[in-house]
Amino acid sequence: MIKTIYSNGKIIAKTGNEIVAEAMRQIEPDVVAAYPITPATEIVQIFSQFVADGIVKSEYVAVESEHSAMSATIAASAAGARSMTATSSQGLSLMWEMLYIASGLRLPVVMAEVNRALSAPINIHCDQSDTMGARDAGWIQIYSENSQEAYDNMIQAVKIAENAKLPVLVTMDGFIISHCMEVVEVYPDFDVKRFIGEYKPDRYLLDVKNPYTLGAIDLHDYYFEHRYQIAEAMKNARDTILNVANDFEKKFGRKYDLYEKYMLDDAEIAIVIIGSAAGTSKIAVKRLREKGIKAGLLKIRVYRPFPSEQIVMDLKHIKVVAVLDRADSCSGAFSPIYSDIAASLCSTGIICPKIVNYVYGLGGREIDVEHILSIYEKLKKIVLGIEKPSNKVEYINVRI
Amino acid sequence: MVSLKELSKNVERITPGHRLCAGCAVGALVRQTLIAVGNTNVVVTSATGCLEVSTTIFPYTAWKVPFFHSAFENSAATCSGVESAYKSLKTQGKIKDDIRFIAFGGDGGTYDIGLQSLSGAMERGHRMLYICYNNEAYMNTGIQRSSATPKGAHTTTAPVGKIRQGKEQYRKNLTQIIIAHNIPYVAQSYVGNWNDFMQKVQKALSINGPSFINVLTPCRLGWNYDPKDTMEVARLAVETCIWPSYEVEKGVYKINVIPQKKKSVTEFLKMQGRFKHLFNSSNANIIDEIQSNVDKEWNSLQLKAAV
Repeated sequence: MIKTIYSNGKIIAKTGNEIVAEAMRQIEPDVVAAYPITPATEIVQIFSQFVADGIVKSEYVAVESEHSAMSATIAASAAGARSMTATSSQGLSLMWEMLYIASGLRLPVVMAEVNRALSAPINIHCDQSDTMGARDAGWIQIYSENSQEAYDNMIQAVKIAENAKLPVLVTMDGFIISHCMEVVEVYPDFDVKRFIGEYKPDRYLLDVKNPYTLGAIDLHDYYFEHRYQIAEAMKNARDTILNVANDFEKKFGRKYDLYEKYMLDDAEIAIVIIGSAAGTSKIAVKRLREKGIKAGLLKIRVYRPFPSEQIVMDLKHIKVVAVLDRADSCSGAFSPIYSDIAASLCSTGIICPKIVNYVYGLGGREIDVEHILSIYEKLKKIVLGIEKPSNKVEYINVRI
Repeated sequence: MVSLKELSKNVERITPGHRLCAGCAVGALVRQTLIAVGNTNVVVTSATGCLEVSTTIFPYTAWKVPFFHSAFENSAATCSGVESAYKSLKTQGKIKDDIRFIAFGGDGGTYDIGLQSLSGAMERGHRMLYICYNNEAYMNTGIQRSSATPKGAHTTTAPVGKIRQGKEQYRKNLTQIIIAHNIPYVAQSYVGNWNDFMQKVQKALSINGPSFINVLTPCRLGWNYDPKDTMEVARLAVETCIWPSYEVEKGVYKINVIPQKKKSVTEFLKMQGRFKHLFNSSNANIIDEIQSNVDKEWNSLQLKAAV
C-alpha cells in the first residue's frame, strides 16, 4: 500500500501527460493557447475536454501553429492573464523566436514541455535536444524524473514564474514519462489553488485606464541594460525557486531543491544526469553500493538558472565525474550539461575532479542499468589509473 | 456618413513627435483609426515594421492607448491572445471595461510572413479588427518586394536591370483571401479619403467578430514621389480602379467609391519613380498588361457587387 505524504493527498494512477493536464486543471489558467504535437498532444487534448465540459473557466485558443501558440500565450500574459501552453520538439523549435520575447518582456508564461528528439531524421521519441536548444532563451527550465515530479513542478512553476517575472518550462521525457502510467499523489484542488494564489500583475494591457507600451524598440542606449536585467533576474531566480520549494514542502511535504544528491556525499565516482534516466541510474548506484563501491549521482532538476556554485561544492570531492547528456550539441567539442559543469568547476579555481562526457539515448535509444553500470566501471578504472579519462564526447549504445 | 465636426471632438490618441517620414501615410492612417475609435477603449497590437519602430523608440512612445508589439509575423495571433485574455477575465468578472482590439501590420507582415497567423485568427473568430497598412513592399528594411508589390514596380529585390523590368508577377489578392474566410466584415480602403476609411473602422469595430481592412498606404520613399502628393497618389489608385474601395459585409459586396470617369493606369504610374522605367517605349507592353489586368479585376468586382 502506497501512502500519501500530504494528509489530504490522494494516490491515483496517471500517465505523465494526464497528470500534467490534471495540474493545469487545478491551476486553471485564464488562457491556454496550444497546438498538438506528439508526444505532448494529450496534455492539451485532455485540457480541451475540461474546457468543453465547463470544468475550468479557462479560455482555450486552438491556434494554427506553435509560433502562434507562444505568441498568443505571451500576448495573453501581457494582457494580464495567467497563461500557459504545452509543446514538444519541433513545436518548441518553431516557438524559438518567441521564447526569447517571453523572457525579454519578463512575462510569467508557464509551458509544459515533453522532451522529444529534433528532426532530421524525424523521430518522435525521447531525447532532450529540444529544450537544450532553448537553454539560452531566458526561460527557467525544470526537469522531472517522473510523473510525481512533473505534477509538483507544474504547480511550483506558476509561483516561480510570477515571482521571478520569467517564463518557466517544466519538462518530462517523451513517452518514458509522458505515456507511462505511474502512481502519483495529487493534492486537493482547493489546496493547490491556495498555494498558487491569485495572479496580480503590476501592469497589464487590459488596464486601459493606465495605458502603456510593451515591446518598444531599444537602440544601443537601452538594449544592453535590459538584457543585463534579464540575466540578473535569472540569477536571482535561484532563490525564488528555493523559496517556492520551501513553501511547497511546508504545505505538501515533498522536498525539492535545485538538484538532487543521491549517495553523493561520500562518493568517489559520480554521474551527473537529468530527467527520467536518473531513475535508472539510481538503481545502478544502489547495486554498486551493495558491492561496496562508492558510487554517487547528481540529478539536475533546475537546469536554468544553472546552480553552478552549489554543484561545484557538491562535486569537488569526487575523483571522477561522468556527465551524461541526452542531447548532442554538435559543437565539435562537448555537449550542453557537460560544458556547464566543466565551466563551473573550472571557474572556482579549486582542484577539479576528472570529468568525462557521455551522450546517450538520442531518439529514444534505450538506456538501461547495464549501460549506466558500464560507465561507472570506466570511472572506476580511471580512478585506479588503469584507463585515461577521455577528452571527447563518448557515445553509449550507438553503432559506431 | 461620419461628421468631421463630431470627429474633431474626439481625443487624439497618437501623439505627434513620432519618427515616421514626412509624407508617410501610416501616421495619418493610425491617427484616423484612433479618432474613429472615439471614446471606445482599445488595445492595439502591431507587427514589426515602420509603424512600430517609429512610434515606440524606448523610452518614448507615441501611443496613448495600450500598445503591444512582440514580433513580425504574429500581430494577428498576438491580438487574438489579448482578446482571449479579455474574454476570460471579463467572464470571470475580473475586468469591467468594454474593450476592442485592433491589430496593425504592414503588407510584409500581413500578405507574406504573417498570413498564416492572420488566417488562423480570422478563422477562430476573435472579435478583433486587423488593419493592413499596405505600402506594397518591405519599406522598413529598404524597399524589398513583397507579394503585395504590383507588377512592374522597382524594388531592391526585384530591381530594374538590363534584362528585367522590376517585379514580374501580379500582386496577391489578399482581400479576396480574407473574404474567403467568410468573416463578417472585410474592406479595402485607402489613405486620402478619411470618410471612407473612418466609416469602415467604425463599422468593423461594431461587429461582433473578426474584421479586416486592407488600406492602400503610399510610401513616399519606396514609391518615390514628392511627399506632398501622398493623398493624391492614393486617390489616383482608386480613380484608376487599381485599388478599388469596397466592402463585403456578411458576404454582400458594395463598392464604396465609384470613379466618375475611370482614369488610365498611367495617371497613377507616372507620379511614381518606382514605375519610371515603364515609360520607356520598350516597356509599353507592361503598361498594357497592367491596364488589362486592372480592367479584368474591376469588371469582376463590379459583377460581384451587382448582385
